[in-house]
Amino acid sequence: MISRRVALTAAGVGIAGVAGAAAVATAMMDNERSPASASPGDAVAFYGEHQAGIVTPAQDRLHFAAFDVITKDRAKLVEMLREWTAAAARMTQGRDAGLLGAVGGQAEAPPDDTGEALGLPASGLTLTVGFGRSLFRDAAGTDRFGIGESLPAALEALPHFPGDALRPEISDGDLCVQACANDPQVAVHAIRNLARIGFGTVSIRYSQLGFGRTSSTSREQATARNLMGFKDGTRNMKLEDTGLLREQLWARAEDGAAWMAGGSYLVSRRIRMTVETWDRTSLTEQEAIFGRDKGEGAPLGRAKEFDEPDFEAKGADGEPVIAKQAHIRLAHPDFNSGAHLLRRGYNFVDGTDGLGRLDAGLFFIAYQRDPRKQFVPVQRSLARADILNEYIRHVSSGLWACPPGVTDESDHWGRALFA
Amino acid sequence: MRKLTVLAAAAALGLGLAGCTTDPQPAAPGDATGPVTVKSTDTACEVARAETAAGTVTFTVSNSGAKVTEFYLYAAGDRVMGEVENIAPGLTRELKVELTAGTYETACKPGMIGKGIRGAFKVTGSAAPLTADAKLAEATASYQRYIRSQTAALLPKTEEFVAAVKAGDAEKAKALFPIARTYWERIEPVAEIFGDLDPKIDGRAEVIEEGMPFTGFHRLEQDLWEKKDISKSGPIADQLLVDVKEIVAKANAEKLSPLQLANGAKELLDEVASGKITGEEDRYSHTDLWDFAANVEGSKASVQALRPTLEERAPELVTALDTAFANVETALGKHRAGDGWKLHNQLTQAELKELSDVINALAEPISKVAAVVAK
Repeated sequence: MISRRVALTAAGVGIAGVAGAAAVATAMMDNERSPASASPGDAVAFYGEHQAGIVTPAQDRLHFAAFDVITKDRAKLVEMLREWTAAAARMTQGRDAGLLGAVGGQAEAPPDDTGEALGLPASGLTLTVGFGRSLFRDAAGTDRFGIGESLPAALEALPHFPGDALRPEISDGDLCVQACANDPQVAVHAIRNLARIGFGTVSIRYSQLGFGRTSSTSREQATARNLMGFKDGTRNMKLEDTGLLREQLWARAEDGAAWMAGGSYLVSRRIRMTVETWDRTSLTEQEAIFGRDKGEGAPLGRAKEFDEPDFEAKGADGEPVIAKQAHIRLAHPDFNSGAHLLRRGYNFVDGTDGLGRLDAGLFFIAYQRDPRKQFVPVQRSLARADILNEYIRHVSSGLWACPPGVTDESDHWGRALFA
Repeated sequence: MRKLTVLAAAAALGLGLAGCTTDPQPAAPGDATGPVTVKSTDTACEVARAETAAGTVTFTVSNSGAKVTEFYLYAAGDRVMGEVENIAPGLTRELKVELTAGTYETACKPGMIGKGIRGAFKVTGSAAPLTADAKLAEATASYQRYIRSQTAALLPKTEEFVAAVKAGDAEKAKALFPIARTYWERIEPVAEIFGDLDPKIDGRAEVIEEGMPFTGFHRLEQDLWEKKDISKSGPIADQLLVDVKEIVAKANAEKLSPLQLANGAKELLDEVASGKITGEEDRYSHTDLWDFAANVEGSKASVQALRPTLEERAPELVTALDTAFANVETALGKHRAGDGWKLHNQLTQAELKELSDVINALAEPISKVAAVVAK
């Protein structure tokens, strides 16, 4: 059997050796899913208490896809989730999507892997699945798959925020898969193969490529920059904030939905930036809008990126150093009842818009224990007052319940939900 | 070996049918029990007897209704064993079909739409069980019959279309355009075997960039719908008929392998996915849904020809295909308009997406057929 992994691994190390090493990594790091990838090509453990791709140190590339379930057959949906899980377990370890592989099958048959990742390493690929509200109940309230009673309270539809310009065709959905990897081809390969496995059961509703991480989810990573040129996600919840993760990232059985224990809620927002007008804005104004300096990323009035902002400090003119409507102030936990988010967004440029401008922005992704207490209040305060709103438009929105991790080969995505 | 002889004889018969549809054939030895007469009206399908002996069975179908009718003989799963299309009111046509013992269904289709008026039909006798290879031989023979029936309708319908264009009757030509194309689209993968004939007959404006003149159906479509001037379209129309005649003769002489059948079934759905859902195929007339339906019917005919083999080797695949075909037919059926279909530009994006989804759902299992056949 030809395997991507074997093709790449140094001669002499077979599949068993690699699989064995991965298993050890899983066992050792099961709880916190520590960085399994010392180098960008390495595999991230798939099995564990939580799904990979949340606190996993943010990879460089994203392919996010939302799906509609097009069958009414519950068993067919569950079977597809089982097949997805098996394919994901293989692909995240650098193997082909199917058992036969891209070139190992019958000559007359289309291969069970599409092949574009042949020769590429696992590249830190993580696949994270989420369930949308419409999977539980459709717009009319009908229980589509007998799981209506399991709809978590935290999956309450997001409210309309001031300035929202959401396009329904690229919003919501029944299922989502977040594919992150250090190689864009590996991320695309994963989504493509899952979509293919799903034909007849699900249909891609929309998808988004992201080319540069804008957040760091580990203190080992430098904070990346968004397309406005600013460091983004300095205040992010991180892998190392064990206590905070417990309080604000992972859902618990006592939150209401037992099947979500160890899972997390994902909010996705495609935020279009009119970078052209932003680029004509003076440096002073740009920094005032964010409340940080552009170079170092330090809160205004402070020296270093991770210095605590002083929201009380006033300048010579008597005005606050960090403006009342600065992004950093409006989004800060101190002004949002202590709400934190684990952000995992990616920059995107989807070509141009026909008006001589880049179709560019941020595909915002945030994980949390309860969006009603975290994303919603933060976004409310941002949408009302943030000066940044002059330069951005939220055009797509999704809210997803990402179940806990797949524990082993006998487990699959959604098993507890569809039990 | 006997099957192969039958096949060769059938091919010869096909050529005869293509040229002259009422050519009487000498009675075959298996015909001992005599022809089965079928009387089709606009509301009924009276089959003289519901049982006959195995062998070559002749159906004599008369149309005493006011609508043009068709007669089909189906095996399980709507596998077409034989059919006569386009039986005008007042006419009588014959269908000869080689049948082994088993249960079948007869169907008249007044108005040439829908599932038709069905009746059970039983064939008795001691036909020897087929070996696996014989099943595949029968698959190709079965599909050959399908090609014959389609080409037998393609030719006269193209003649009518061409005559309307040459007579300057734009309205009539517009009405005939999607109908003639239906027979073409059902068997297009066969046509594609013959190199440059396909682009000559069915090429779109882009062929100009490939250094070919823009001719055929779509050139006439452009003249009819976009330029709204067919006064100079005569030579193009004449050439279309010449090309169609050539392809009909070639298609009937061609012997397809089971693998070609399987791949043809997939290619027809690829045609739907890449050309029809997008509205690229009939960009001037927007009659893409006629072609869509025809492609699906053609794909189904290939699969049904292979059905006995598939049932034996991959029964679960047959179940999946039956479901997927039914889903496509249901989704497409929503867009019926009279005897035809809605125009592509009358469908919403959501409706097109639904069609795209059901085609993808069907094309994935169909892509597995070839490997099963090749086993």
